Amino acid sequence: MKRQRQSKLFEPALVKEAFKQSFIKLDPRILFRNPVMFTVEIGTAVMLGVCVWILMGENTQGSFAYNFIIFIILLLTVLFANFAEAIAEARGKAQADSLRKTREDTPAKLIQPVGELYMDEIIVVSSSKLQKDDVFLCEAGDIIPMDGEIIEGIATIDESAITGESAPVIRESGGDKSSVTGGTKVLSDKIKVRVTVQPGESFLDKMIALVEGASRQKTPNEIALTILLAGFTLIFIIVCVTLAPFADYAKTSIPISAYISLFVCLIPTTIGGLLSAIGIAGMDRALRANVIAKSGKAVETAGDIDVLLLDKTGTITIGNRKATNFYPANGIDENAFIKACVLASRADETPEGKSIVELAYSRGVQAVTPHGEGHNVTFIKFTAETRSSGIDFENTRIRKGAFDAIRNLCKQAGNNFPNETAEKVRIISSNGGTPLVVSENEKVTGVIELQDIIKTGIHERFERLRKMGIKTVMVTGDNPLTAKFIAEKAGVDDFIAEAKPEDKMNYIRKEQQAGKLVAMMGDGTNDAPALAQADVGVAMNSGTAAAKEAGNMVDLDNDPTKLIEVVEIGKQLLMTRGTLTTFSIANDVAKYFAIVPALFISSIPVLQSLNIMGLHSPQSAILSAVIFNAIIIPLLIPLALKGVAYKPIGASRLLRRNLLYYGLGGILIPFIGIKLIDLVVAMFV
Amino acid sequence: MNTEITGIIFIFLTTLVLSYPLGKYIAKIFSGDKTLLDPVFNPLEKIFFRLSGIDASKEMTWKQSLVALLVINAVWFLLSMFVLMCQGWLPLNPDGNPSMTADCAFNTTISFVSNTNLQHYSGESGTTYLSQLLLMLFQFISAGTGIAACAIVFNALRERTADKLGNFYNYFLKSCTRILLPLSIVVAVILIFRGSPMTFDGKDTTISMQGDTLNVSTGPAAAMIAIKQLGTNGGGYFGANSAVPFENPDYLTNIVENASIFLIPAALVFALGFYLRRKKLAWMIFGVMTVCSLILIAPTVYYEMKGNPAIEKMGISQPLGNMEGKEVRFGPAASALWEITTTNTSNGSVNSMHDSSMPISGMNAMLGMMINAIYGGVGVGFLNFFIFIIIAVFISGLMVGRTPEFLGKKIEAREVKIAMIIFLIHPLLIMTGTALASGLAAIDAPMGWWYAGNATGWLNNPGHHGFSEMLYEYTSSSANNGSGFEGLGDGNPFWNITCGIVMLLSRFLPIVGPVAIAGLLAQKKYIPESSGTLKTDTGTFGMMVFAIIAVLVGLSFFTALALGPLAEHFTLFAK
Repeated sequence: MKRQRQSKLFEPALVKEAFKQSFIKLDPRILFRNPVMFTVEIGTAVMLGVCVWILMGENTQGSFAYNFIIFIILLLTVLFANFAEAIAEARGKAQADSLRKTREDTPAKLIQPVGELYMDEIIVVSSSKLQKDDVFLCEAGDIIPMDGEIIEGIATIDESAITGESAPVIRESGGDKSSVTGGTKVLSDKIKVRVTVQPGESFLDKMIALVEGASRQKTPNEIALTILLAGFTLIFIIVCVTLAPFADYAKTSIPISAYISLFVCLIPTTIGGLLSAIGIAGMDRALRANVIAKSGKAVETAGDIDVLLLDKTGTITIGNRKATNFYPANGIDENAFIKACVLASRADETPEGKSIVELAYSRGVQAVTPHGEGHNVTFIKFTAETRSSGIDFENTRIRKGAFDAIRNLCKQAGNNFPNETAEKVRIISSNGGTPLVVSENEKVTGVIELQDIIKTGIHERFERLRKMGIKTVMVTGDNPLTAKFIAEKAGVDDFIAEAKPEDKMNYIRKEQQAGKLVAMMGDGTNDAPALAQADVGVAMNSGTAAAKEAGNMVDLDNDPTKLIEVVEIGKQLLMTRGTLTTFSIANDVAKYFAIVPALFISSIPVLQSLNIMGLHSPQSAILSAVIFNAIIIPLLIPLALKGVAYKPIGASRLLRRNLLYYGLGGILIPFIGIKLIDLVVAMFV
Repeated sequence: MNTEITGIIFIFLTTLVLSYPLGKYIAKIFSGDKTLLDPVFNPLEKIFFRLSGIDASKEMTWKQSLVALLVINAVWFLLSMFVLMCQGWLPLNPDGNPSMTADCAFNTTISFVSNTNLQHYSGESGTTYLSQLLLMLFQFISAGTGIAACAIVFNALRERTADKLGNFYNYFLKSCTRILLPLSIVVAVILIFRGSPMTFDGKDTTISMQGDTLNVSTGPAAAMIAIKQLGTNGGGYFGANSAVPFENPDYLTNIVENASIFLIPAALVFALGFYLRRKKLAWMIFGVMTVCSLILIAPTVYYEMKGNPAIEKMGISQPLGNMEGKEVRFGPAASALWEITTTNTSNGSVNSMHDSSMPISGMNAMLGMMINAIYGGVGVGFLNFFIFIIIAVFISGLMVGRTPEFLGKKIEAREVKIAMIIFLIHPLLIMTGTALASGLAAIDAPMGWWYAGNATGWLNNPGHHGFSEMLYEYTSSSANNGSGFEGLGDGNPFWNITCGIVMLLSRFLPIVGPVAIAGLLAQKKYIPESSGTLKTDTGTFGMMVFAIIAVLVGLSFFTALALGPLAEHFTLFAK
């Protein structure tokens, strides 16, 4: 059960905060970062000057009321843009705060080594006092005070505060699941945890800083877009400055308010005002998906991913393999074979081992005990060397293991590997199953078939990824035959079979050398180099500290399919910027047709032919254009925050669609909007 | 169908059809493949390279190429200034024409080095035969420079990561010897057969019917006319350019000359397709250019053939349409086609008086120069189009949710910055130039040394048309076009120097910019296309480029066009 993180776009508390912030952000030192809105602010200041000038008796600039209204509208334009940024920040902050709440001050049982006798003393301190590398103790019922790594013990932990997942998880020292997160609760057992972060430097803290703008850096695409927008602003500076001598030549006097209105209408204020809000909203969407991005760039890069490396287990298939069939060798009684299998799996605590016992029970085989239990019974554990496990009792040695491991075992004892069993092994493998060969006293007795269960709906997700142009690669420890079968069944494009950690790394390097951007997800320490090498490395929150350090995102849900969402968030981010830029620039066409005829109505009346909207009067035309320019910003805030919907329909179709909606729409909408506003304004002017 | 219309359709289509095989040939030249003319030119080129000590096989980086390009242009600049300012006492001056003033020599030199050929002098009296030959040389050199720069960009766009982008000198020489020279010879021979003069004798004399003795200027004209058309130079031998019967004797030469205007520019687009093996991309670019060109040609032909309402009000019938300032042997349709093709391509030769065109025609001519990439100047036309492509790729890449890439190379902040600056130069120069001139005219400022008299003196027409004249002059300079609206008093220090500066900036920066972008892209990692890549060789992307061109140019120049040609048009057609 996932916790709902959807909140309304405009929550009253956030709006109030954003409202306050939009005034604070009027400070030119802050606004300087946004060249487009900064120039609008300068224009606003000039209009204020004009208003004062008129009050002092100047009479060539039109009425005070008219100039003052223009001043107010321009001020509103800047405020609206500030509000867009502020509301995005407030939402992101609220999101981060809800996560931060989980780590309110909690008592921590700090372990202090005393003297040389290594007698540890425990003192209870506030969690905020914990430093990096401190070691604390957590027992059942304790809230974990700080992010850290288990150095001793195993425990079940309730992580629902972070992930929303109510089922408890097991975390233990040593393995790849040794990380614990502050704010989660220990349900059983006792663990010793070493603090891995400095106070205030956890991933969450970094993310909050990114959202709040303190350390928000512009991403490469954002920089390029800012340059483009600055270029457009320069073009319109040229247009407005040169208009003065042009007008002199045409013997027309144009009031300052008209120049500034034209300028503000033409420069891309819509995108300029929403640009930073779009970026923050992207981070916020990632956070809503329970992904902590370490930089805005990482989210953006995710949208460009060409290759996606996914672990088979847990991503493509459900957890672990399950036993599905027993195939005794020729001449072996089925019941006896199943019993042997159960015996061999008695001490096998792996999910596969348990599933063998379960299957045997479902076939009606009752609990079996080896003869002479308690005497000479030895359980043989699985080792990487023997690649088999089993049980020894009396004079019986039962082993189960990989095909070649058991074959070698039998051959050394001088026994042949029966052909029909070898054939069975092959069939199981090519059907995507994993064969587990069982031997009794170095003679093959049969095969157990283990099968992977492919997650429902995964095929459609890969189809979607393919339409986005992303190649999916399955990483698995299985043999190539099994891997191929599952790859085909799940619909992935490629697979790495019998993968060792360095294989992932090599694959990533190879793809990168071909110019591809690669994303991968990992949790283990041995994943860390590959996570660092990948362009987008998503570490699971449950993973080791090394993995989390190496990746550029951390997934709080430990959900391996999360990469797909991250890719879409990245694409949405770029698309929202692109479409709003197009919309903003397309708007200018209508504004020209509104303002230019209005400027020259007295000196060049024939230019009224350009007044195709039939606007009421020069004043109402200019006012309508400026008002439209201002209110389009708040109207587009929801779109900026939610992002433009991404549809995997191929780049060209997507371009055509967005060009139609935001390009053509961007040309037509202001014609309608300005005309409607003019109808209203005309009643007052 | 009206034969006039048939005539221009024939000219337009024939040129485009011919440009395809020529493009294939140019691609071969750029790739260094064997061609038919090898036995003739290989030994000749070897001599050139041995004399200059240049190793043509040594590849250069984009920076080295640009340095080479700028240095040789600087050398020619000095040489030309010397010859023009001393032509009076240098040889080959049978008519005894005087030396040029410094400001006129400055303007003329820049004008020819920059492929503009804005002529603030009249060829018959302003230059000597030596100067004409020198200017003719520049018509080859400046065209070759443009084609060579284009070749460097083509080279940079190949599917690989590279620093070295071919040898500039090699591209330059081959552009002159293998492309411009053979075609010029063909065109010049046709002109000579139809009656264009080609002689080193001085003025010819003839007795008129009234018995007066007329002195008629002649000279080595046919050769210059051929290269002025093929190299998108436009600088005519005679003052009135291709309207003069000596330059353009009949409709056949008009066909040949008009075709020569946009033959190589169009061929270079196909050359890109053959050279990069991306024919679909070439068709996309060609398609956008052709659509733009038709959008400008159609209304121009319509308004010219319809005639002038002001003349109609006087009760004079205009069966041929608007014939003011036009040659009877060409008629309004062929004049309109020439007017648009010559302004689209930065050629600037004229066969009619643009000042006398209808306002919409004048506006379309200016729009062609403002875009400056509809086929465009030889080589540089594609470079300008490249800038529009970069901006279009960037915006559309964002619109489909992917970091923008063009031909497998990522477009990032640096490329966008250069593209934006290069785009900005054009409106900056045109608008500030026009603002300066119209501002001075508005207050009728006394001009001192810059111009004898007050500023309004240079306007032969008041009001909107006068504004158009000034706008046209700077647009033409900035587009390196060189055609004049005429009617403007431009033979004086003010216009010579301001237009000179505009030409200089708008020639070399727009070469440096695209070459730099291409050079930077070439150094980047090549990313093979995936299904998520936005394809740039599709109709959809073509639409995007078209929209970018229309919106960028429209937004930049709307105010100027509204106050000039549009105001004049609405006044003329007011009910």
